[in-house]
Amino acid sequence: MSDFNTAPLPERMLMAPHADALGLSLVSIEKGRGVMSAPWREELVGDPETGVIASGVVTALIDHTCGLAINSAMGEMTPIATLDLRIDYLRPAAPKTGVTAEAHAYRLTRTVGFVRAEAWDVERGDLVATAQAAFMLNTRAQPLKG
Amino acid sequence: MQDTAIQSLDAFLQKVPYVRFLGMRVELAGDEMTAVLPFRQSLIGNPVLPALHGGVIGAFMELTALAQLSLTAPGQRVPKTIDITIEYLRSGRARDTYARAILRKVGRRVANVQVEAWQDSRSQPIAGLTGHFLMRNEEA
Repeated sequence: MSDFNTAPLPERMLMAPHADALGLSLVSIEKGRGVMSAPWREELVGDPETGVIASGVVTALIDHTCGLAINSAMGEMTPIATLDLRIDYLRPAAPKTGVTAEAHAYRLTRTVGFVRAEAWDVERGDLVATAQAAFMLNTRAQPLKG
Repeated sequence: MQDTAIQSLDAFLQKVPYVRFLGMRVELAGDEMTAVLPFRQSLIGNPVLPALHGGVIGAFMELTALAQLSLTAPGQRVPKTIDITIEYLRSGRARDTYARAILRKVGRRVANVQVEAWQDSRSQPIAGLTGHFLMRNEEA
């Protein structure tokens, strides 16, 4: 995994083992914004009676997409750490349907990044979840070069 | 611990595919439940540190809340998560993670649950979660 340090951001977001396990894909990326998708799979179901994807998958997707938005906003690879993440689950996703999330890093200070995110299943305007997160920037963890 | 409660918990753990996907299990000491998330490479979010994926830690704590609710209110459908707030305190390392839930209030319609997750030391939690869950005893 030595490539992880030097890989371009879009590739790096997909190299995280858990992103790979979930089958996340990158939809789009621009400065301060990112969109990623999690596909529906039988093993990711949270309610066996309906076949609806687990809210935990939505949590992981949103967390990951927020990280993407922060990293793209900073324009350089620096280690970040999630401080907190609040998610409102507005409604269950449609049965046997994947979820897409868009995150917007709308304010960066020298030490903290603030992000909002929305997730939907079929229609961009018909949300399944909204989220708000704060990240510490430039954490003391091992620096990532790139 | 009543048999119905344990059956309810078992049903939750075995019937929810996502629980098996993460590899979560629980340990019971009477009515005290500890959830265990054995380390797997597929749970890693940052391979350089390495650290568990923040979403994995959040999802594990949410499932811990749901498992605790299934013990306390057996026979119901899995409650729906209304909202969660996750606070990250320390990086989750590449090792087993544990969590316990406190049911602060279980009402007829809504439950408020607080969860704490730790690795080496219970006194040094890696993350906490507070969540609201919709009880579904009134639904068919």
